[in-house]
Parts: sequence; structure tokens; C-alpha cells
Amino acid sequence: MSTVTPGTFTPAPGAAPLAQQVRAQAAMETKLLLRNGEQLLIALVIPVLALVGGVVGAERLGLTFDHRVVDVLTPGVLALGVLSTSFTSLAIATGFERRYGLIKRLGASPLPRFGLLLGKVIALFGVMALQAIVISAVGFALGWRPHGGLVGVVVAVAGAFLGTLAFASLGLFMAGTLRAEATLAAANLIYLLLMMGGGVVLPHSSYGGGGGVLRLLPSGALGDVMRSGLIDGQCDALGMFVLVFWAIAGSLLAGRFFKWE
Amino acid sequence: MPDTSAPAVEIAGLVMRYGDKVAVDGLSLTVERGSITAVLGPNGAGKTTTLETCEGFRKPQGGRVRVLGLDPVAQRRELLPRIGVMLQSGGAWSGVRAEEMLRHVAKLHADPLPVDMLVERLGLGDCGKTPYRRLSGGQQQRLGLAMAVVGRPELVFVDEPTAGMDPAARRTTWELLQELRTDGVTIVLTTHYLDEAERLADMVHIIDRGTLIASGSPEELTRGSSATVRLVVDRELEPSASDALRASISDWSAAHGVDVQSISFGSRTLEDVFLHLTGRELES
Repeated sequence: MSTVTPGTFTPAPGAAPLAQQVRAQAAMETKLLLRNGEQLLIALVIPVLALVGGVVGAERLGLTFDHRVVDVLTPGVLALGVLSTSFTSLAIATGFERRYGLIKRLGASPLPRFGLLLGKVIALFGVMALQAIVISAVGFALGWRPHGGLVGVVVAVAGAFLGTLAFASLGLFMAGTLRAEATLAAANLIYLLLMMGGGVVLPHSSYGGGGGVLRLLPSGALGDVMRSGLIDGQCDALGMFVLVFWAIAGSLLAGRFFKWE
Repeated sequence: MPDTSAPAVEIAGLVMRYGDKVAVDGLSLTVERGSITAVLGPNGAGKTTTLETCEGFRKPQGGRVRVLGLDPVAQRRELLPRIGVMLQSGGAWSGVRAEEMLRHVAKLHADPLPVDMLVERLGLGDCGKTPYRRLSGGQQQRLGLAMAVVGRPELVFVDEPTAGMDPAARRTTWELLQELRTDGVTIVLTTHYLDEAERLADMVHIIDRGTLIASGSPEELTRGSSATVRLVVDRELEPSASDALRASISDWSAAHGVDVQSISFGSRTLEDVFLHLTGRELES
């Protein structure tokens, strides 16, 4: 190992411009989210399999909904994409960031805490945009015809935004209170349970008499909002209300119980 | 313009508690700029707590802390870009590569050091594509040190910088810290290794159970004062011989009315100083 010329380490401290710091943080968070094979499985492979499998399976089994199968399932799978990234991926990543002291380390860097959060949020929306593109492309290939026009798209985007707030705050609450391994297990388990039985991919009406309860879960509410927008061009008011409720509840819980270390 | 006349660190009467347990008990010390200062003490002496208070992670429960003339909690945003922090462990994403992590931290600073130079200097090139969680303890430590200095700080806090390092990595770390001082960077390090403090530090503060028990340069601390007499003999003494020596000294001191407070055999080191002051061994 070489020695260095004197003067190399002469102090010249200073923070980079905030925009540069946030950009660097968002780029790093996105890169690490996409590099993790397990996260990619949850973010893209499982939703695409659910969509293709659901459409093909419904045809084989002769299942019917009020609308064409692909038109019902694609909005639900888009909602599943939001759940996977803003809840499962975020919770797992944050759990291990706590474990490895990353959050503390960045806390001693020039990056302010809101810059860290902003970087995370940008990374989440970046990954979700990628998911939306892939899922929509697969949907179109299977014959998806979204209805509802511009209003439908606005409702879907607003729903995804509120859903992100609700799921992300609940995910942070979990990651900020449990051990990293427990978060890993619980986040994956909850994802699978909600995908199967949470009213997100399939409308709550497909679960029989008790299905109405699912409308009160953030997963069921987000699924309903997405379907109401992209099938009918309507806004599911109850779903929106439920998402706002969970976003507030999750933020209060995370704010109260999240431990940075 | 930042105030460049204030001492690097001023701690006055710092008190920190965890529940009922007092971790830091009225600690006062000053760190001058451009020096390497070692805070030496056994595990649990309050070293890390003191450092974390200087870094603004903890609010003093009593007393006052100023770093570069700033309040580390209230003026945190102003202070952080000017200091470098090496945590005792961790500090990266579990899946990140060493060089990638260092480049990221560099981007948070206005005028960072060349990353390639630091990677080469600290031998981080060997880490390659290995994710952080699979790096050896020594590699993680070296990355931690690189992250602390990459922003060209005025003042660096390093917490147990060479714990778990092999001898070669230790030497490299010591050399880097000495080069930083030569270039005018102030360094505050905690350690429970005596040789580290003796070899590196301009000033040593020995703390135990949250209080300062001695301060001085390694020479001052280990040099005999006029009240201390060191007896050097040219051979190893048999136990009976040292007993005889003790007896003679005891007779002599009784005759002259001198109270001998301790007799030690062997050369005095920081270890002796610590033992003398606390009655305990430093390294458990």
C-alpha cells in the first residue's frame, strides 16, 4: 500500500447540494432494490405469474366475473405491485438497514433525514412505475382493455399514492419494531396471505358472504379503488376513505414506535 | 466563516444515564485542533456514549458539549458536513459493495477525496463484488474509516478503529491516521488498546466508570515524576531477592520517614498507569 503526498487530506469539508444528495440516495436505493433477487421475485415475477395464471386458469376452469377476466385481474395485479414494493420490499430493506447501522451512518453524513426519506420515496415510485409498465404490458398482451378513460387513470394513480402511504407506513412500523429476520418472514407471509385472501387481486365479491370485511383492509380497499377506476371510471369512495384511515393509523404507529437503531 | 479558534471538542461536566445506570459521570475534557487524542478506557467506561454525544446522536443529560464551537444537537446540520464519523461497527447496506458504498458517501460531500486513492490506500480493492454483510470484520472497519474521511473533514471521530483487525491492517490504519494529522485533521479516537494510544496519540484521556481519571501525553503519563523513584536492575530478580529489596527499602523509608506508596517491577507503561489509578487491569 502506497503512501500519499502530504496535503492530500487537508480539510475541505462541505455538503453536496441537497438535490445531488437526494439524487444519489434515490439512485442507490433503486439499484439495491432491483439488485436483490428476492425483491425482484416479489415485485415482478409473482405479479406477472398471478396475472397470466389467473387469466389462463379462469378460462380453463370457466370462472366468470362481472366483466372480462383480464379487465378485472389487471387492476388487481397493479394493486398487488403497490403492496409488494411499498410494504414488503420497503419493510425488508429497512429492517436490514437498521440491523447493519446504515441509517445511523447516514445520520452522521451531510444527508438530512428528510433527504433520506425523499430518496426512499423516489426509489419506491421508480420501482412501482417499472412494475406498472411491465404489468400493463402483460395485461395488454392478454387483451386488457381499460375503461374509465382519463378519470380512471387519475383514480388509479391517486389510489396507488394513498396505498403507498398506507402500506409504507405500516411496513416501516413493522421494520422499525421487529428484528430484521422477523420482518423478513412476516413481510413475505403477509404479502402471500393478502395476495390470496386480501381482496387485492380478486374482488371481495369472489370471497362469498364474508368478503365485505375485506373492503376494510388496505389491500382490499386498494384493489377496489383500482378496479373502480380502471373498469368503470368511478371512484370507490369507501376504498379511498379506508386507505386514508390506514395511512394515518400507520403513520401514527410508525412515528410512535419506529426505532432508528 | 466557521469559528476556527474554538477547540475541536469541549466537554464540560457531561452526564449521561441509561435508566438508573450512569454511563458518563461529570466528564470534562478539551481536544485541541490538529492533534490525535485517544480516549482510553475499559469496555463500558463510557467512551462510545461520549463520542456519540459529540456526534449529536445523543443529547447531553447534564453538562455541555461543543464541537468545533457548535452545539452537536442544535447545530447538527451545520456541524455534520465538517466532521467524519467512524462507527464502532456497521454502517452500510447489507448488499452493497465496499467501493460502491464509499462512492455513495463521497457524493454526499461537496469536495470529496478521490475514491480510487482511498480504496487503494486502505486495500479495499480486495473486497471486489463481495456484499457488505460478507466482508471480514477488518474490511468492514477499513470501509468505515474510509467513509469517515472521504468528505475531507476537519475533525474525525473514530470508535475503536482497529478492533478485530489483523496486524497489517492495523499498521495501515495507524499510518493513515498519522497522515491525516500531518495534514491538519484533528482525530479523536476511542480505544482499549494501550499500544494504540501510546503509539498514536498526542494526548491521552483515561476514563473509567464515566469519569476522567488522568490526562496527558503518553510521555507525561508514563514518565516518572519527582515523587516516583524507578529502580532499574540488570537482571531478573528471584522472588526472595525482590523480597529482600523490598525489606531494605522498607527499612530505609522507615529510617527516613518516607512513605513508599507502591513498588513496581518492570518498566512503567500506560497499563501501569491505569492499574495504579484504578487498581484494575485495563484489558479483560
